[in-house]
Amino acid sequence: MDFTFSEDQLLFQESVRDFLVNEVTPEKIRELWQTESGRSDALWAQLAELGLTGMTVPEQYGGLGMNELDFVLLAQEAGYVALSEPLVNSVLVAAPLLIEAGNTQLADEWLAKMASGEARVIVGLEINKLVEDAHCADLLLLEKAGAVYAVNPAEASLRENKSVDPGRKLFAVEFEASTAVLLADGEQAQKLITRALNRGALGVAAQALGLAQRMIDLSVQYTSERKQFGVAIGSFQAVKHHMANIAFRLEYAKTPVYRAAYALANDLKTSSENVSHAKLVACEVADLAAKNSIQVHGAMGYTWEVDLHIFMKRAWAFNSNYGTAGFHKQRVATAIFNDGAQLGAGKTF
Amino acid sequence: MKLEYTEQQNAFREEVRAWLKANVPAEPLKSFDTEEGFQQHREWEAKLYEGRWGMITWPEEMGGRGADLLQWLIFEEEYYAAGAPLRVNQNGIFLLGPTLMEYGTEQQKKRFLNGMATGKDIWCQGWSEPNAGSDMAAIRSRADLSEDGSHYIINGQKTWSTRAVWADWCFGMFRTDPESERHHGLTFILVPLDSEGITVRPIPQLDGLPGFAEIFFDNVKVPVDCRLGGEGDGWSVAMATAGFERGLMLRSPARFQETARRLVELYKANQQSADEDSNIRDEVMRAYMDAEAYCLTTYQTACRLMQGGKIGAEASTNKIFWSELDQRMHATGLKILATRGELEPESPDAGEVGKWLDGWLFSQSGSIYAGTNEIQRNIIAERLLGMPRK
Repeated sequence: MDFTFSEDQLLFQESVRDFLVNEVTPEKIRELWQTESGRSDALWAQLAELGLTGMTVPEQYGGLGMNELDFVLLAQEAGYVALSEPLVNSVLVAAPLLIEAGNTQLADEWLAKMASGEARVIVGLEINKLVEDAHCADLLLLEKAGAVYAVNPAEASLRENKSVDPGRKLFAVEFEASTAVLLADGEQAQKLITRALNRGALGVAAQALGLAQRMIDLSVQYTSERKQFGVAIGSFQAVKHHMANIAFRLEYAKTPVYRAAYALANDLKTSSENVSHAKLVACEVADLAAKNSIQVHGAMGYTWEVDLHIFMKRAWAFNSNYGTAGFHKQRVATAIFNDGAQLGAGKTF
Repeated sequence: MKLEYTEQQNAFREEVRAWLKANVPAEPLKSFDTEEGFQQHREWEAKLYEGRWGMITWPEEMGGRGADLLQWLIFEEEYYAAGAPLRVNQNGIFLLGPTLMEYGTEQQKKRFLNGMATGKDIWCQGWSEPNAGSDMAAIRSRADLSEDGSHYIINGQKTWSTRAVWADWCFGMFRTDPESERHHGLTFILVPLDSEGITVRPIPQLDGLPGFAEIFFDNVKVPVDCRLGGEGDGWSVAMATAGFERGLMLRSPARFQETARRLVELYKANQQSADEDSNIRDEVMRAYMDAEAYCLTTYQTACRLMQGGKIGAEASTNKIFWSELDQRMHATGLKILATRGELEPESPDAGEVGKWLDGWLFSQSGSIYAGTNEIQRNIIAERLLGMPRK
């Protein structure tokens, strides 16, 4: 029994954090908002150079051959800077789906390009209705009517929808099945979709942890500087308790997320239940962080100019991404209200 | 990360389970806040000691097993799953014991630890005073060194002293330097409760039983060898007692996981009426998830500590989390019981109401004792997040 990350995993997290905090600053995010695609090829190339785009790509294709547990702390850091490049979905959803679909021709064609950063592979699951980042896809993997297809973006029509979060690019995607490669249908497709959904939800959950931490940091900084009645407003107990309420819940949202990553990496039977628990509590704490942070920022928090909204809006969007709270509660309920459920002391591991 | 038990850990669990199965009393003991129940629990402590299960984290030469924190968590899981009695001497074995091992002289260890382990000496705490609650540094009870330096003379009053009514000893902080202020000039002293000049006034708790008491000290003479640590070092010794590992031992996750399990059962048995309130299903599910999260985080902390890590203000997150979880779980339990929720279990028409009412009453104290949750939130904000004190 060892519920800690390895030295290597922690060091990787640290170096990725340093990189992201320096490169993905609020100023750069605002610059990207002004561009047509909202995405940066230069940043994508840097992420590839760090090995990140190939985290879950097998070594034979130039990837690092790592798993969900190796990536979960990095996804957390991606959330901390509200990264908009499709890194988390690429690593957690696209690459594993391409591998598990078992089409060697496609895998051979795309996995190496994913690792090198040459190509972005984008997955669209029906649970999300719209497809994030479809506009920058070199290959689309799409769920449609219970089947999974590989779609050439040239054969798909995209209709853009604007999110409250200017960093999120969402598209309705239409394609003719006849122009696409069928990867799986029936039971096999269901299996692939469930696994992709679980990984996507894990990615959202991990990023939500990072978002919550970022909003705490911004709010602590702001309330330590802002003075009223002659003192920093952060010295007021009412303000402190808003922050403490996020912080203690964040501690108890982290471990369910790490456990879910472990469950997926080890293909445990409890994966779906564990992921749903993680997604629920991580999104809840990010949501609370948004609520309490805007409150302690006062009118400043309600502006476009102050950076808080970059993170707040991402947290709001994440609430229903890769499964609503209702969807995930239903999965937890199914697990615990089942007559054979193993509950109580000593049944966790 | 490896979230599986080793073979040795599984074997250890089996050993604990087998012993508990053979030894846990079939009939639940009476409350340890009654005279008869107190005696029954004292005997249970002796039985645990005989099996060397009384305080497994203590070194072997002191009757323990030198167990690590993971073994402790496993032990607790089996202990709560078996429905074994609550620990009447938890103040002694979980709080004072480890502090004695750290700060006590060899002679003090020899003198106190065995009696504590066997249940011969039950300990109560003496921290709070009428004007020193959340503000513990406001302690005013005095311990003056006698002229010949052989003993202290204690005068003052302690309150909210849990188990004090039938306990044998009290440990706590007293002001030895009358000129001192706040956390300076305090000394940690162990006081026999049968000393001349001590009056214990029981205070009935919400359940009507005298679970705590006031202790009055009127020129109570205590030999200096009952001082733990140096004179004036009381605050740092006391902080060690309140430290995280002790906290972890006092409220291990198993307790809350068993409550969550019972809540799921209660909900399933009353689902039709419970579902009339559309929140209840959600609350039950949340109770289960939160108890699980508490377990996960505790395991993570235990593993970190075993690898040499240290714990700081995170201990405060832990206190808030379990105490508020405990209140929510019991509130939901009572809602499911509906009109039977207010009935004492032995009432003729109560039916199978279990321990929900008792647990609810007790849970009310959780957000108050050991530092109110407001104080804990201040600690998180100031020490964990670095927010300004003033």
